[in-house]
Amino acid sequence: MIQPFTTPESGYTLIPKEGAIETQTIEVSMGPHHPSTHGVFRMDVVLDGEEVKRLKPVFGYLHRNHEQLAEKMNWLGSIPFTDRLDYFCSMSNNWAYCHAVEQLAGIKVPERAEYIRVIMAELTRLINHSCLAGFLLSDAGAWGTPLLYAFREREKILDLFESVSGARMMCNYMRFGGVRADVSDDWLACARKVVENYPRFLDELEALITGNEILLARTQQVGILPRELAINASVTGPMLRASGVDYDIRKVDRYGIYDRFDFRVPLGEVGDVYDRYYVRILEMRESVKILQQALRDIPEGPFDAGVKMRNFKVPAGDGYGRIEAPKGELGFYLVSDGGTRPYRYHVRAPSFINLTILEDMCLGHKVADVIVILGSVDIVRGEVDR
Amino acid sequence: MAMDESLKSELQKAGVFVTSIEQLYNWGRKNSIWPLQFGLACCAIEMIATACARYDMARFGAEVFRPSPRQADLMIVAGTVTKKMAPQVVRLFNQMPEPKYVIAMGACAISGGPFKEGYNVLKGIDRYIPVDVHIPGCPPRPEALLHALITLQKQIEQDHLTGKRKLRAYDREQKAEWLVPAYGEHDLEPPRNPEVWKPEPQVRPEAK
Repeated sequence: MIQPFTTPESGYTLIPKEGAIETQTIEVSMGPHHPSTHGVFRMDVVLDGEEVKRLKPVFGYLHRNHEQLAEKMNWLGSIPFTDRLDYFCSMSNNWAYCHAVEQLAGIKVPERAEYIRVIMAELTRLINHSCLAGFLLSDAGAWGTPLLYAFREREKILDLFESVSGARMMCNYMRFGGVRADVSDDWLACARKVVENYPRFLDELEALITGNEILLARTQQVGILPRELAINASVTGPMLRASGVDYDIRKVDRYGIYDRFDFRVPLGEVGDVYDRYYVRILEMRESVKILQQALRDIPEGPFDAGVKMRNFKVPAGDGYGRIEAPKGELGFYLVSDGGTRPYRYHVRAPSFINLTILEDMCLGHKVADVIVILGSVDIVRGEVDR
Repeated sequence: MAMDESLKSELQKAGVFVTSIEQLYNWGRKNSIWPLQFGLACCAIEMIATACARYDMARFGAEVFRPSPRQADLMIVAGTVTKKMAPQVVRLFNQMPEPKYVIAMGACAISGGPFKEGYNVLKGIDRYIPVDVHIPGCPPRPEALLHALITLQKQIEQDHLTGKRKLRAYDREQKAEWLVPAYGEHDLEPPRNPEVWKPEPQVRPEAK
């Protein structure tokens, strides 16, 4: 019988089970340089054999003082920095920030601009979820191939972004009361073509991997997140919906013009890694539906509310604006003292809050499953550490 | 040693291939650069995009991303290096075997970029490790990374194995380990490695 053991660094006391095989408890530091930690993320994992006993995430390896910088510059100046929060989904981040400022300043957004924003946000969701599928599978051991398929589709959407905003990833496209540049009819035709072909890619991806036995063995019943815990930990986005909670801010808040579109919210039953993967695949199919409706109905008109950007001021007060970003509820809490710069600026980053329950999902699993569970949380370090 | 090019081509027509060990060695090295699979921030996504189907880094022999620094030749510092991460980056570089090269990708890695004003971002990784190629851009396009790779290949072609200007790896008197910074009271200690970071002195132009 081994004696209760206290790990030297973290001070956890581990009490061995009666009659258990005597294995040595070791403390492993996974990361910050690790090929599957999605950037610079570190976990201090206490292992008994291969089983995870404790897991402590260590944050801050990519802390880029986003909030402090935003409080130093004027309202408009933060928009390019929001691009770099979640660098897969720059358009959604732009929208969340502009949405918060528009609520605070009472700016009305013209209809065409709302349609353009919906189109951009849903295209971003397609990018994010397809790349997530690629990364999750490469974490599970399908080294490279699914990622190549996902990035092939991503390039087609990035071409659309580049032609309208001038940049591939960091679009810096939305402005208070609208967008920076109008989309042309040719662009809309190109976008329609990309959207029409997208379900074919999804079918291809699903035919390759959804029913794959290795994927099922690696993901089903792994990392189960119960409904109650998900709600208590304020998990949002596809992770919450995979646990079976019907909560989508596009349906709850109906911000923008989301009440005009016909789409459904896919829900999971078990809340394991497989559900989280499959909910995202289904969400992409719903996004394609929204995109088809938006590209069909987009009206003519102004693309900008004509807000004067120079010396832009927001009336004193505070407000919270949130949207359904691909990773969950992305919100900006802004306090204005009536000046040209925010007095306080806070980001509610979805992947940061979704990451806080990593330990609860990983306990009792093997160390190889930790990688897959972390992959299914869908973190981006720029947003977690800000 | 350079030999007469016309004689060389004449010999090649006769089926005789003449070269020097140095040329052959550098030709082999430059066409199989193995980068370290190591992403820090936004630029890492463009690095992955460069390795994927559309830009296809494999055309230049650099698609074998190695997760272990022991097997890598090239470190692509792709993204913001914060003060918490800088010691780890230098330690990874120390763990790579010689000859090794560094590409600093993106505005953050070369100078701190848009986050330079903040308190937690290192103002360029070239303060601690010797950088061979800098790529500007936020983030640089995949074409820019390919261009940097070709620039590095040209540089490797010019490496010397012997003589006064021989490669760092073959010179026993050169340093092989770089100083790993530690956390001080306010900042990293030392804030820069004076053996690596030698900026030109800024001289104020004379007023006319």
